[in-house]
Formats: sequence, C-alpha cells, structure tokens
Amino acid sequence: MSIEANLITGRTFTQGATMEEGKGTKAYTKAAAVCEMDPEDMMKIGVKDGDTVKVTSEYGEVVLWARRSSQYPHEGTVFIPLGPWANALLAPGTDSTGMPSFKDVPVTVEKVEDGKVLEAFELVRSIYGGGN
Amino acid sequence: MVTDVVCPFCGTLCDDIDVELEDGKIKNVKHACVIGARKFLGQAHAHRPKPRIVENGEAKEVSIDEAIDRAAEILVEAKKPLLYGWATCTCEAIEKGVALAEEVGGVIDGTTSVCHGPSVLAIQEVGYPTNTLGEVKNRADLVIYWGANPMHAHPRHLSRYSIFPRGYFRERGAQDRELIVVDARKTDTAKLANTFVQVQPGKDYELLSALRTVLNGHDIPDEVAGVRKEDIIKLVDRMKSCQFGILFFGMGLTMTPGKHRNINNAISLVQDLNRYTKFSIMAMRGHFNVTGFGEVLTWTTGFPFAVDLTRGYPRYNPGETAANDVLARGEADAAFIIASDPVAHFPRRSVEHLARIPLIAIVPEETPTTQLADVVIPAAFTGIEVEGTAYRMDRVPIRVRKVVDPPEGVLTDEEILERIHNRVKELKAK
Repeated sequence: MSIEANLITGRTFTQGATMEEGKGTKAYTKAAAVCEMDPEDMMKIGVKDGDTVKVTSEYGEVVLWARRSSQYPHEGTVFIPLGPWANALLAPGTDSTGMPSFKDVPVTVEKVEDGKVLEAFELVRSIYGGGN
Repeated sequence: MVTDVVCPFCGTLCDDIDVELEDGKIKNVKHACVIGARKFLGQAHAHRPKPRIVENGEAKEVSIDEAIDRAAEILVEAKKPLLYGWATCTCEAIEKGVALAEEVGGVIDGTTSVCHGPSVLAIQEVGYPTNTLGEVKNRADLVIYWGANPMHAHPRHLSRYSIFPRGYFRERGAQDRELIVVDARKTDTAKLANTFVQVQPGKDYELLSALRTVLNGHDIPDEVAGVRKEDIIKLVDRMKSCQFGILFFGMGLTMTPGKHRNINNAISLVQDLNRYTKFSIMAMRGHFNVTGFGEVLTWTTGFPFAVDLTRGYPRYNPGETAANDVLARGEADAAFIIASDPVAHFPRRSVEHLARIPLIAIVPEETPTTQLADVVIPAAFTGIEVEGTAYRMDRVPIRVRKVVDPPEGVLTDEEILERIHNRVKELKAK
C-alpha cells in the first residue's frame, strides 16, 4: 500500500542537536532518517511509529523509519529532517535562483517490512561510492 | 567560568552563554538552547579527522603541510573550482577565502544559496524595510512567523527577542504582544500562537497576494490557499491596527514554489502596510555567520553570493553561478568545501558531481562530505576555539569568543586559507 505525498524538508531540534554530536552517530540517524507523517496518512498505508517506509521521488529512493508527526495536521504532506536521507530525493533544478527545491517535492510513501535504514556515512557511500 | 560567550550555532547569535571550564575543558554550558549546548559540549569529543589525502583510491594520513600542498595543487590545476561553505567561518577568514577564490579564478558561494538566496534576489528587486532584533524586543506588539519554525531552528528567538522578553514599550512581555504563525503544518511554534493560519503547501504566494488585495481595498474569492476570506480580512485588520509589526520569514517561503517571488510579495505586503502603521520584515537567517558571508562578499566583490571569478572579474547570476548550478550542470572541475557539509545537504545530482571531481574538505569533524573528500584538513571550531567577527541575522556584527584551545596542531580556517593561498601563489609563479 502506498500514498502520493508532498515532501517538505527542514530543521528539527533533535536533528540539529544530534548533528552537533556528530553525523556519524546513531543518534543523528535516529533523528534525521525519519519520515514524519500525519496519523491519517499512517493509517492509509498501515504503518505505525517505528515501522520502515520507502520514500521514492523522481530522483531517488530512501528507506526511513515512519514517525507519527507531533506537528500535525498535515495530511498529504510528509516531513523529512534535512540531511543526506531527505536530500537523496530532491530535484537538481534551481528555477534560475540558485536554490534547489527543498520543499514541495512529489513523493510516494510505501510500507516496507523490515527495511534497512542506513546510517549517514553508510548511505553516502552506498549512493555515491567511496569518492575518488 | 567564561561569561557572555556567543553561541556559534544559528543566526540568533545568543551572546549570554556561560561556559564552565575544568582543566581547560568545557564542563558545563548555561543559558544555551539544546542545540547550542550540544555544540559546546560536543567540542571535547568531536570525531576530528587527521589530515589525509586519497591517492589511487587509498586514503592515507599525511602531515598538515602535505594536505595543504595537495589542496593548492588541485586548485591551481582546476579551470573552474567551486569554493563553497563559509557559514561557520569568521568574517576575517571569509575575507581570506575571497582573496583565494580570486587568485585561483573560482566560483565562490555560501550556504546562502540554499537558505535565503531567494530572499537576497527579492531584496535586490524591491528593498528591505527591516530593523534590528533590539527594536523588535522593545517595540513589536504584533509578531508574525511565516514559513519559519524557530522553536526548532532558532530555539531562543522567541524568548530573547520577539515574544517573551519585556521591552521598553512592551513592559509585560508576551502579554503585550500577539503572535501569528502562517505555516503548512501546525508546528511547535504555531502551537504557541494566538492565531495559526494553515496555508496549503506551496500556496504562500497566493495567500500573500490575497492579503495585499484586501489591504488595497479589493474583493477576494471565498477561500484562498485553504484560508477562508473572513479569516484573511481579520488578519489584514489586525496587521493594519498594530503599533509595530514584524514579519519574520523562513524556508517555508524561500524553498517553496515561487521562491524569490514569494519573498518579493511578502516585502511588498510590508511596504503596503507602512501606509497604515509601522511594519517591518526580517529573514530568519539560519546558520551562524551566513549573514557575515554575504556582508564580506558584498564589500569585496559587490555581490552577496554565487560570485563567479573565473573571468578575472566578479559575475553574479544565480541560476548560473550558484553552487548547485555549477554542480548539477557538471561545470565545476574541483570543489573546495569549508565549514559546511554539502554532501549531507545538497540534492543528489549535485552530490554525484562532487563525488566525481577532486574534493577538498576543511572542517572540524568527520561529515558525509569528508567521506567523499580527496583531501581532508581539520580546522578548529570557530566561536569555541577561535575568536573573530560574525553577523547576527539582523546584520549586527558581534565579536565571537574563544573559550578553549584547539587540539595541538589543529589550525584555524584563517591560517589554513592563508597557507593554501601562499602555496597557490608559489605554484603559479613556477
């Protein structure tokens, strides 16, 4: 089961605080590798807090933990904290402004059983290889 | 105890932090928000990289001199290097960075282009009726946050400047002020608001236009951007009748469809409101000294971000010369990343290009960017281990302090930039 949704990305204080502890930490992954969803949307695809979901855009896909949003209602909109997970889904264009679209990106969210959520460095290496 | 320390996390630059030291190490932090406290407390156990370079696919630890030499070689060999980041550097270091960019004929851009770049474009079109945060504290009786969630991104903004503090003309603090929040979600900031206006995602431009239409005496449809006509009229009445209004705006306007056009409309609304009362607007600048980057770049090159120096003179054309433009189109042939983490924060196609080209990372700790870098040079933490000048979001310059020494052998951004620049000059003279 899946839903079409509007993705917005942005800061959360747990993302900010754990980022300052280090992006290689498990705490950072727990804070930023999450897809915050409206409870209504969670019911539609049958996920509960802590289940894994696959979020897919035209540009990529990423597996995340579903999290019941504490800042709802926002049915039809999902929120992923800024970081390598969110940004793997974003479009490259800047609409002639220099600014990519970090919000309002069309995505599909579906439940995946026992999906593996990668840590930040692991995710970067899996998508982009080990650099040069 | 070191008192009145400036927090180097966000653009609020809280300057009332107390840092308790024991044996020259940070033991405790007072007054900071959760993120700021972690920033100071994280300094002691940060995962600091050693200087390293990657050769034939193998990373090897090298001396700082070797890493600086390799970085200089990459910059000299490149035809169009991108020099990106700067948000957590001091203004003094940024000035050195601009000189280096000019020397190597590169494109210099800051995190501005992924936060308030569109705001800058709008400000250049229609102006910026703004003020300082001190004026907000002393005068504002109506505070609007539009597409901004300071409870998460600038956690002490409300308590230091906008809502809760007592001001000269607002002696009862929050009781003398009204808070309106406009957002696509009922955010933690919205939960504190007297009035929360839930705008449909991506429809901010329409709502701003509706407010201006009503303000200018015209009729609007029964509903605009998911907001009822009567609520829009009430909002306009409230804005017109306040004594001193302030509209703070964030990424909810700069990153959504319309981008700089949204900001243009928001500024124009504030200009319209000044026919009735005193109203002001301010961008919620995010990362530490990102505002200072714009100031330094403007007074050295004439432009505030996305400056292309490859032709030997400054060219400014966001959409062509910003970091994500030159990366997504595959134009940059080397990247010099300082005080930022574009591998974590840029869209996929830009990062794919960063992974293909020689990449230099100058940062205090391991990040996703260092994972892909060919040269890594550790730098000291500005605002904790390095003092200097930074600009608050309202463009007030503040001297940030040093509270502890960096680990032995770790240089400041300024020292690293100066040494790379000198080495570049030597290589070019050969």
